[in-house]
Amino acid sequence: MFEPVILKNINVADSHKLSTYLGSGGYQGLKKALDMTPDALIQMVKDSGLRGRGGAGFSTGLKWSFIPKDATLQKYLCCNADEGEPGTFKDRAIMEYDPHQLIEGMAIASYAIGADTSYIYIRGEFALAADRLEDAIKEAYQKKYLGKNILGSNFNHDMYVHRGAGAYICGEETALLESIEGRRALPRIKPPFPAHVGLFGKPTVINNVETLACIPHIVNRGASWFASIGPAKSPGPKLYGISGSVNKPGLYELPMGTPLREIIYTHAGGIKDGKKLKAVIPGGVSAPMLTEKDLDTPMDFDSLAAKGTMLGSGAVIVIDDSMCIVKAALITHEFFHHESCGKCTPCREGLDWLVKVMRRIEHGQGKEGDIELLEKLCVDIFGRTFCPLGDGAVMALRGAFNNFREEFDFHIKNKRCMVNGNR
Amino acid sequence: MLSEAAVNEIKEIRKRYVTARSCIMPCLYVIQREYGYITEDGMREIAKILDINPILVFEVSTFYTMYNKKPVGKYHVQVCTNISCSILDGEHILDVISKKLGIKAKETTPDKKFTLSTVECLGSCGTAPMMQINDKYYENLNDAKVEEILNSLR
Repeated sequence: MFEPVILKNINVADSHKLSTYLGSGGYQGLKKALDMTPDALIQMVKDSGLRGRGGAGFSTGLKWSFIPKDATLQKYLCCNADEGEPGTFKDRAIMEYDPHQLIEGMAIASYAIGADTSYIYIRGEFALAADRLEDAIKEAYQKKYLGKNILGSNFNHDMYVHRGAGAYICGEETALLESIEGRRALPRIKPPFPAHVGLFGKPTVINNVETLACIPHIVNRGASWFASIGPAKSPGPKLYGISGSVNKPGLYELPMGTPLREIIYTHAGGIKDGKKLKAVIPGGVSAPMLTEKDLDTPMDFDSLAAKGTMLGSGAVIVIDDSMCIVKAALITHEFFHHESCGKCTPCREGLDWLVKVMRRIEHGQGKEGDIELLEKLCVDIFGRTFCPLGDGAVMALRGAFNNFREEFDFHIKNKRCMVNGNR
Repeated sequence: MLSEAAVNEIKEIRKRYVTARSCIMPCLYVIQREYGYITEDGMREIAKILDINPILVFEVSTFYTMYNKKPVGKYHVQVCTNISCSILDGEHILDVISKKLGIKAKETTPDKKFTLSTVECLGSCGTAPMMQINDKYYENLNDAKVEEILNSLR
């Protein structure tokens, strides 16, 4: 029987307070970690098989190991809490309901990489989460989980909350660094990677909230416990956020690799109002959509990649048969267009053009050749930008074409919607 | 002129970062709280306190959507119309609010009490449809709930 660990306190009264966290074994992981060498800690995280929960799925332990060992070098940890991918709401829950879990994970990670300062880059709209983090950080300083000589050790660490101000691009790690440095959040070219030239030009690790929340549990329960959950190549507990047309939308902690069908029909209660499932976006709007035939796919990095889509943030968006896919694709691409930072021409101009064509198709003014134009634009955008925002938009549109091309064709030919008949 | 409390807050913010430039984003929030929106004078005050070129503050303020470049109403009603909310009739919720307030998106009521905006995803997809009023989230909305919330702010 799978036992939730990250969400175990979510329904407990005052779950955001230190007393509650301590009552459930909080900060024991930090105590254990401080008795280990940083190298042993990094090896433990490598052995656990933890892969980053922000979307890319890179090995967390390996990422930490890229930080230079030179003790005289200033290093930083940044927590990516700029949760902005439509469909995604998992990190907000951790920060609002169990902020100490994140703080403990960050303190352990900082000790492992030798960082004496960390920043939590939180999306600006999350005011309650930011307030709770600030309060929790104050509590942690008072009890010596942060500050000088943490728990009697030689480890010193300061932690700050940095609020974003409404820009999806800040979830891209180099744009996030630019934003903390007080600039427009334009992504940097890589290499150099942040592990060598990161925040203020110093070696920096950037990890997602959920990734860091896993760390205290790995230290407490051991690498083999974590590695025993789910698939061997991407193990551990995973937060799945289910939204859209289901009876019980919400956040579910399940073993990585839980099949999509089980998530939707067993946990989220099936499709709302007796409607039929039409499409599922498995990992936030950048992830190409799947259909009924794909529902037995395990929800993990590799299984979804094999299906031509991605786990992303684990945000499952369920679309029923009353929704027009042309409209769904337009909503998605209005988002990407609005959020393009403007640095790269293919993304800035390409998404603008793409959205204009999609708007006219949706509004019954599509022209013959529009689909071919959209496909050409996808080719011109994909892989030609500093960051993956443009790629995400293209992948999402190709997913819609691959599964529902006839709806786009119908819109253009008949000047109305195939699903609801609207012009 | 910024209040003494705001100036002190900016000085406290300065201690968190190794560069003055890094303080721009948190300081813009201080300006917004003091003046209600991001004023040019406010940006010049930030630059002076941080001892940086004002253009560095201007270029940041125009990039990020949460810094209001013009005054907004006492209550800033922001309705999510992205995919998860849209599937659950987010656009209908927007219509209900629009009719109730007598304004369209991007407009402010004549009494300056309400500004209505549409926003991209606010990270509340499991509790869609939703809206944010100032810093507070209102989730699982329906017509009656919207009516009740707006009436309570009248």
